[in-house]
Amino acid sequence: MKKIFLLAAMAVLILNVSAQEGEKTLKKLPSVNVKTLDGKTINTADISNNGKPIIMSFWALWCKPCINELTTIAEVYDEWVEETGVKVIAVSIDDSRSSSKVGPTVNGKGWEYDFLLDANGDFKRAMNVNMIPHTFLINGNGEIVWQHTSFSEGSELQLIEMVRKLNAGEAIESH
Amino acid sequence: MKKKTLLSVSVLFLLLCTTATVAQNFLEGGRVSGNFQLDAQIYKADSAIGAGEVDEKMLMNAFANLLYSNGNFNAGLRFETYLNPIQGYDPRYKGSGVPYWFGSWRNEQFEITVGNFYEQFGSGMILRSYEERNLGYDNAFKGAKVRFSPADGVILKGMIGTQRFFWEQGPGIVRGLDGEFALNDIFDKEGNCKTRVILGGSFVSKYQQTEELYAGPDTLLILPANVASYALRANVTRGKFALDGEYAGKMNDPSFMNNFIYKNGHSLLLQASFSTKGLGIIASAKRTDNMSYKSRRTESGSFLDINYLPALTRQHAYSLSAMYPYATQPNGEMALQGQVNYKIKRGSLIGGKYGTDIAVNYSRITSIKKETAEGESKIGKPGTAGYKSPFLAFGDELYFQDFNIEIQRKFTNSFKALISYLYQDYNVLILEGYEEPMVNAHIVIADATYRFDNKQALKMEYQQLITKQDEGDWLQVLVEYTFAPKWYFTLADQYNYGNSDKNKRFHYPTVSAGYTNGSNRLMMSYGKQREGIICVGGVCRNVPASNGLTLTLTSTF
Repeated sequence: MKKIFLLAAMAVLILNVSAQEGEKTLKKLPSVNVKTLDGKTINTADISNNGKPIIMSFWALWCKPCINELTTIAEVYDEWVEETGVKVIAVSIDDSRSSSKVGPTVNGKGWEYDFLLDANGDFKRAMNVNMIPHTFLINGNGEIVWQHTSFSEGSELQLIEMVRKLNAGEAIESH
Repeated sequence: MKKKTLLSVSVLFLLLCTTATVAQNFLEGGRVSGNFQLDAQIYKADSAIGAGEVDEKMLMNAFANLLYSNGNFNAGLRFETYLNPIQGYDPRYKGSGVPYWFGSWRNEQFEITVGNFYEQFGSGMILRSYEERNLGYDNAFKGAKVRFSPADGVILKGMIGTQRFFWEQGPGIVRGLDGEFALNDIFDKEGNCKTRVILGGSFVSKYQQTEELYAGPDTLLILPANVASYALRANVTRGKFALDGEYAGKMNDPSFMNNFIYKNGHSLLLQASFSTKGLGIIASAKRTDNMSYKSRRTESGSFLDINYLPALTRQHAYSLSAMYPYATQPNGEMALQGQVNYKIKRGSLIGGKYGTDIAVNYSRITSIKKETAEGESKIGKPGTAGYKSPFLAFGDELYFQDFNIEIQRKFTNSFKALISYLYQDYNVLILEGYEEPMVNAHIVIADATYRFDNKQALKMEYQQLITKQDEGDWLQVLVEYTFAPKWYFTLADQYNYGNSDKNKRFHYPTVSAGYTNGSNRLMMSYGKQREGIICVGGVCRNVPASNGLTLTLTSTF
């Protein structure tokens, strides 16, 4: 009985939502609190890059492929910014065991991204991230237009290609 | 219990939907998103490596999260199914259900969440609920929490709840309050002051009905129903410098974990760092004394934890460097850690065309000094104040030590490499609970990647662990071919070539492949897995030896 109730509830919900699928709403950045490297609390819904795209990468100090991805992008980051105006925001999901190491480590590596600390995974959950690296492409309106998990050498080229398409107003294949 | 949850979820959603039909535009702009993960293993017995027969032949874990968000309103649930739990997961997870659901809404000042939720106060030393799905760890609260921000720079939080215990809730009720004050945002809105100061404080209390318990034939203990804890923290940053500290205290909390002593608990965490472009230095120190805090006093193992005590050691990413991982000892430890990250400039003689990254890290953890409590003849006797411990004194017993250095360099546009050396001391008795000599291990790692073109790359890994203790020397070789952004293929072998028992010098070969399309990922691996500890975040899980096929599917939409 209760299961039927649950199913019915879900069905109503899905019908309700799919009824307006026509206008295709993109998911906006959720509203969650995270910290900057100097301890300031900010709301993720306020993240913006003045109408330019954002690459948001979820990573952690213990994640090899994540570091690989951010290292690879770091080498071409200046050129990317100049060409497309894109901004990389690296969201560390390191917990309090190593979140205070994030600042010194990224400085030591000379990375020039924006960094956010999501020490208890609130942002990670709101973004449906299971495994890292998980990279999102966000358009100038703060909407998620594309996402990708894992990193392999050369993936960064696909990523910047997507940014170029977005800037050119071309359609991005749905995720 | 489960039925109740189902019912509550249904009511929540029905409410949501009917409201929507009444107020036509409620769902407008609403968005459903979610994710899914499935792990399945098909087992083959292998008596040599100690992989036992699995009756079911195949075991599977899966979960799906569904989130609904609309402006300031959010709701979500997670369905989990373990049929039956894959090896290494607690068998008490067996079954299916919806152990997690919530509704929350927020405006400028308030955020209210009802249902199941995760929360952390400060560094978590007196309160943290979190999940590590891949380790089967979840101590979510079920109850309500409120976050209130009356002014810029002020965040107040209050919560009440019981904790998840597999498919049930633990018996203790946890109440918590936390305040955080960013002084610059309150008093210096123009931002004239270059020093940023954030102060915080929390109070947590757990209630579990009092019990009487015989700790010995004539020792009847009356266990306190309410146990309070508190913490104070400060974070100061100025330019390149940062200073972080948190002190936590806990009232007497006799429990299984501390052998029913009535001593108060303490913990202190201090971290200082300096960093500028190309150089980062951090030093940390931590003292922990009798700080296990659980919402059931007879609980053993890593369930129903109210607090989180971060381990001050580096979390390693290579399998042999992570073979002997450290786990915080809540009953007492003194920990020190230092790390330096340095980048030799690109274009310099030593740095090479692309620069060279160097990281050095050292951590050392020992016992705390314990002396007999007043009027007692023995340390840690149940029903007594346990022991006395001078706050700043290090104990004599070494629990863990890790020195590691890592050098990473890109040589050409298509070739980069990493080499690393580690030395570790690992106290088997303290960390695994059985009598064995301390492990002293030397580990070397070489990792090189060659890029053929814009899509194809080959990665080779060589790892060697040299030790006279435990299972002796290990070797691991790995070759991985990637075709970006969708494919990878890996061949790896772990070889226990130095086992003192020649009949146990086993190979653990695995072959794996993966396909990724956007946020959908399918991975398969076939081979043998040695028995060992896997740690992610703060939790470790003991994985038994196995032989067979593993399939993992993840998807986010």
